[in-house]
Amino acid sequence: MNGAKLARTGAALTVVLAVIGGMLAAVIGCTRRQLPGRMTNVAGLVAPLKFHMTDQGGAPVSATSFRGDAVLLYFGYTHCTDECPTTLATLADALQRLGPQANLVRVLFVTVDPRRDTEPVLRRYVSDFGPQFVGLRGTSAQLTRMIKRYRVTYTYQKPYPRGDYQVGHSSAVFIFGPDGRARLLAQNGAPAGIIAADLRHLLPARYAAGHEHGDPPAGI
Amino acid sequence: MRRVTVPSPAHRGFAVRILSYLLPWQFSPLACVVFTLTLVLYLRGLAVLRRDGAPVGPWRPLVFFLGLALNYVVMQTYFDYVAQHMFWVHRLQHLILHHVGPALLVLSAPVSVLRAGLPRPVWRALRARWVRRPIGLLWRLLQHELLAPVLFVGLIYFWLIPPVHFLAMLSQRLYLLMNWSMLVDGIFFWWMILAPIEAQGAAAVPYGRRVIVLTAVALPQIVLGAYIALCSRPLYSIYEVCGLAWHITPMLDQQLGGLLTWIPGAMMSAVGVLVILHHVLQADRRALAETRAKAADASAGAPA
Repeated sequence: MNGAKLARTGAALTVVLAVIGGMLAAVIGCTRRQLPGRMTNVAGLVAPLKFHMTDQGGAPVSATSFRGDAVLLYFGYTHCTDECPTTLATLADALQRLGPQANLVRVLFVTVDPRRDTEPVLRRYVSDFGPQFVGLRGTSAQLTRMIKRYRVTYTYQKPYPRGDYQVGHSSAVFIFGPDGRARLLAQNGAPAGIIAADLRHLLPARYAAGHEHGDPPAGI
Repeated sequence: MRRVTVPSPAHRGFAVRILSYLLPWQFSPLACVVFTLTLVLYLRGLAVLRRDGAPVGPWRPLVFFLGLALNYVVMQTYFDYVAQHMFWVHRLQHLILHHVGPALLVLSAPVSVLRAGLPRPVWRALRARWVRRPIGLLWRLLQHELLAPVLFVGLIYFWLIPPVHFLAMLSQRLYLLMNWSMLVDGIFFWWMILAPIEAQGAAAVPYGRRVIVLTAVALPQIVLGAYIALCSRPLYSIYEVCGLAWHITPMLDQQLGGLLTWIPGAMMSAVGVLVILHHVLQADRRALAETRAKAADASAGAPA
């Protein structure tokens, strides 16, 4: 083996080690984003909150309507028999634990079944869970833009003979800070206590009792 | 039982439907530029070679276009959507981006055509010493028989480590990085393995060592694929978290994905060995013909 060849092998070996080291570091980085309680830190990975839709009252809303609030974004449909009610109930429980700070949180429930989830249906459904719950309904283009942005999807199942059908959908709850940037992702089964604790971190501490919803938190 | 995928254009008219399946699910400017530029360069190269009286036969362009089209389809069409929401389709996507697509591109021996397609000033700029030397060094390093297989297998493993995979499927940027890293590494790797020695210049790895490299990369793919396929608990929860494109259970999805990593991935090594054998036979035949010609010359020139 001559000198040049030896140098080349040496360089290759060094790069091999560097590649393995780099990959290991990246793996450790990714692992550290998995937080306890089925939560994941998605800061910088998931797109900031942005959408245009209609709320349960028929008013057009966009992400800017919710600036200043921590936002929990969830995709589902009102005829859902298991996942949606369970998840929304968990979120309602988490808000309850937050106490007055819950006024600074909005849960956006985006229907993936706008055909059946008309505004009155949506209104009745979200009001069951609490005043912080907002039902969102979009045109097919608006909804498609949103699922592309958050890289989620939904599928309609074959209808039963009576005509009702189930919809397969994502189970993630995307959590955004008051600045609209994505912070956390809660997987199915994340306990209310942990969600509440994480939300408390996102919210400015001085906004405790008595805060009027709509004021932008100063100093952020 | 079939579930209709809602974002699917299945309910529209035929022409619209075909078009919507071909249009990018998520338009990527990078993919648009790279694929268009490659196609234009190649077509121009074909035209230049034909004009110069050295036309390329139909097979090489056909193989090249097939490779390019496969890579484009899995990266930019509706296929990309399904690959984001089905693990086994994602594995198929990577099988094409990392194995089949690049191998086809390399087998079509595209360098002479692409070079002919380069405008002369660009080609001259690329030949400049200060451009050629660093590129040459980097190229030779990436074509090293130790580094190339480590990168090849390393990337497969890296993107399939569950926490890494979770974030890669969640983040648009990481997702693009993942797919492009597979395609670029695939081209480097299969060039090192499949291109004939004459075409490779100083970085060429002898055929015998290439067979060893192919065996060495097949084994870890078999181990990983088998592990994923036979694992009894779900490894990649992201597909359930973000919603499945089709109605199959996550476990079946994982098993199919494992099989795709295990069998066709490793089979590509066998295909590679066959191509190398072909190169060896060709070289042998040429050497034999040369010896014969020399012998004939010698006997003809020998004094009676």
